[in-house]
Amino acid sequence: MSDSNSYYVPHETKWPFLNTVALVVLFIGLANYLNGYNSGMSIMATGLVLLLIITYGWFSDVVSESEAGTYNAQVDISFRWGMVWFIFSEVMFFAAFFGALYYARELSLPWLGGVGSKVSTNIVLWPQFENVWPSNGPTNLGGDFILMKAGGIPAINTLLLLTSGLTVTWAHHGLKEQNRNKLIYGLLLTVLLGFIFVGFQAYEYMHAYSDLNLKMTSGIYGSTFYMLTGFHGFHVTLGAIMLTVIMFRCMKGHFSGDNHFGFEAVAWYWHFVDVVWLGLFVFVYWL
Amino acid sequence: MSANIDKLHDDHHHTPSGIMRWITTTNHKDIGTLYLWFSLIMFFIGGLMALVIRAELFQPGLQLVVPGFFNQMTTMHALIMIFGAVMPAFVGLANWQIPIMIGAPDMALPRLNNWSFWILPFAFTMMISTLFFESGGPAAGWTLYPPLSLQGGDSMPFVILSIHMLGLSSILGAINVIATILNMRAPGMTLMKMPIFVWTWLITAFLLIAAMPVLAGAITMLLTDRFFGTSFFTASGGGDPVLFQHIFWFFGHPEVYILILPAFGIVSTIIPAFSRKKLFGYDSMVYATASIALLSFIVWAHHMFTVGMPLAGEIFFMLTTMLIAVPTGVKVFNWVATMWRGSMTFETPMLFAIAFIVLFTIGGFSGLMLAMVPADFQYHDTYFVVAHFHYVLVPGAVFAIIAAVYYWLPKWTGKMYNESLGKLHFWLTTIFVNLTFFPMHFVGLAGMPRRIPDYAVQFADFNAIASVGAFGFGLSQLLFVYILFDTLKQKVSAEDKVWDGAEGLEWTLSSPPPYHSFEKAPKVE
Repeated sequence: MSDSNSYYVPHETKWPFLNTVALVVLFIGLANYLNGYNSGMSIMATGLVLLLIITYGWFSDVVSESEAGTYNAQVDISFRWGMVWFIFSEVMFFAAFFGALYYARELSLPWLGGVGSKVSTNIVLWPQFENVWPSNGPTNLGGDFILMKAGGIPAINTLLLLTSGLTVTWAHHGLKEQNRNKLIYGLLLTVLLGFIFVGFQAYEYMHAYSDLNLKMTSGIYGSTFYMLTGFHGFHVTLGAIMLTVIMFRCMKGHFSGDNHFGFEAVAWYWHFVDVVWLGLFVFVYWL
Repeated sequence: MSANIDKLHDDHHHTPSGIMRWITTTNHKDIGTLYLWFSLIMFFIGGLMALVIRAELFQPGLQLVVPGFFNQMTTMHALIMIFGAVMPAFVGLANWQIPIMIGAPDMALPRLNNWSFWILPFAFTMMISTLFFESGGPAAGWTLYPPLSLQGGDSMPFVILSIHMLGLSSILGAINVIATILNMRAPGMTLMKMPIFVWTWLITAFLLIAAMPVLAGAITMLLTDRFFGTSFFTASGGGDPVLFQHIFWFFGHPEVYILILPAFGIVSTIIPAFSRKKLFGYDSMVYATASIALLSFIVWAHHMFTVGMPLAGEIFFMLTTMLIAVPTGVKVFNWVATMWRGSMTFETPMLFAIAFIVLFTIGGFSGLMLAMVPADFQYHDTYFVVAHFHYVLVPGAVFAIIAAVYYWLPKWTGKMYNESLGKLHFWLTTIFVNLTFFPMHFVGLAGMPRRIPDYAVQFADFNAIASVGAFGFGLSQLLFVYILFDTLKQKVSAEDKVWDGAEGLEWTLSSPPPYHSFEKAPKVE
């Protein structure tokens, strides 16, 4: 089995099938919840718990195989390609939402405001509307709101995430030098920075809802603001959980200086989340 | 003998038997087989829906179904055929063929491979079950344009979440294909020595990873617009329904090439084998495939010429669309040049491949007509469009899949199919496919709109012909199923190298190949 010359092919697995069952329970629950049925929430919670248990089981198998030295260098490269292309797919997912933001700001709002050949759109449909950003549209959907400024929490959050990018690299150096303390403290700092980021983000949302009247229902500004930051915040949460797992694995003595794909995959993911945030900071908060 | 080795191997690893074998399998051949059977079942379910449509359209007036149900049929027919029949068939072929074509022991990420498959039956059960809801299934068309799609009943979140699952399956499958091709090739097989089918799948996988998440983004915004009060697609909030069309077709056009590039690869494999010549212009085939893939990201708005775009946009998308004719033309000419002065024979796979070239080209030309903005203003949303994309998808993608099945079936099963029945299947299919879709050009040019259950009487004759053709086509496919089962029952074993003109590593293996194909990588010169 641990013949390092042959490519490791697991002979059977129950996890993917079970994972799909959990996923479908989760989605049926979500759909029922959205349709307004009371049963939705409990079905969804069941699906989520199952999904977490099964994902844990699946990863446990992979981790113990990895620790047993089952994976040779070629398997490692497959994992690397897998992670790279997975991150690319996530980039394209975000691209759809960024596309919506640019479209609204550069096309749909100016058109509603009567720019160029769309002058009659404005005169006939929305004569009062003047295009300025931020906007909740010609009907002032959701009522007046106050813009989320780039200074303050978003700026601090930028600093937090950029610093966490440094600390995770610092930890990586520790791993390569076999300096366990540097590795674990580096990871601990990264995880803390990640969760503080999420905490600030949650605070910002509460502030926006209660003080600024900035809601998801606040027209296109609220839509793009919450979709982009929310989807990103979800990714930061995932990334921070992944980093936590990696930290516990490091504390158990997993990974070696020249063989630590799991660590690197999560670090790549973390940098990706970091870069997306920079895009958010510039285009959602700042400009 | 290979069966014995196979059995020994299985005993050694205690592979589960019965249904558990299929649920827990990580073997690329088992998973490929699952994909192909699943695709065939979906092909018949989607086909049944097409027959409901054609039965209703046999005569003008409303006879069989109510308009709402008719709309559910057009919507589900498209979703099932695209995501359930054609895409899984290609992934099934990739699973079976890529490892044995590049000399690999299996796919690069076997557990992920199992997951990619098993998502499909669950997602489709969820999607199809909406037809039995009190408020019915999705009826806004597979493109799910808002505001109409936001007004559906309870089916809407179920359909959207099932499409999320299908997207997940496609992305994971594509990641696996790329990792396999980039990392698992036998020593000596450089990229430019890869079989052309592998090349087309590498590029298709890239398209999948780039396009499917964009669809996921678009339908997520639909979901939040309907249930969380966002206004991405609502003008009163500063959004725009047309925004959805842009994002959707940014996915949708690469998707079109996802459905055809592997078909190009199949035809480029079969034509040389039965012409007993090397593929003409291998390098240019690779570059043409890559060019089509890259161009596919800058042509999307040709699906929306009539939506009211700025003139500069219309012209840009018209020209880029027409540009695609260049690499596609390279391919068609290369296939013809491959056949030129070859020692050609006409077994069933070759017949389907040649029919592909002729009929796909018809679909390509009607595509060029649709690419012209002023002409498209006339053709848009008519049956001409239906004729166009069915010509590229049925005698295009589906013919290539059938050709591939006939071509590799003896390799997979170790048994030869019945050649006379195969030829009969070919002729029935080809005649009926043209009978079904060719008249749609005429009614479309005459102005018959698509997606309607009733139509003006002057379109009656051609619609009746198309409906007869559709039922003939559907029945002919039962013969295909019979041939498949008949093959499995054959007594005589197929040779290892079934076709004397075929080339590639898969023909160096026994028929059927051992459970684990290349435990030791072969050396490629």
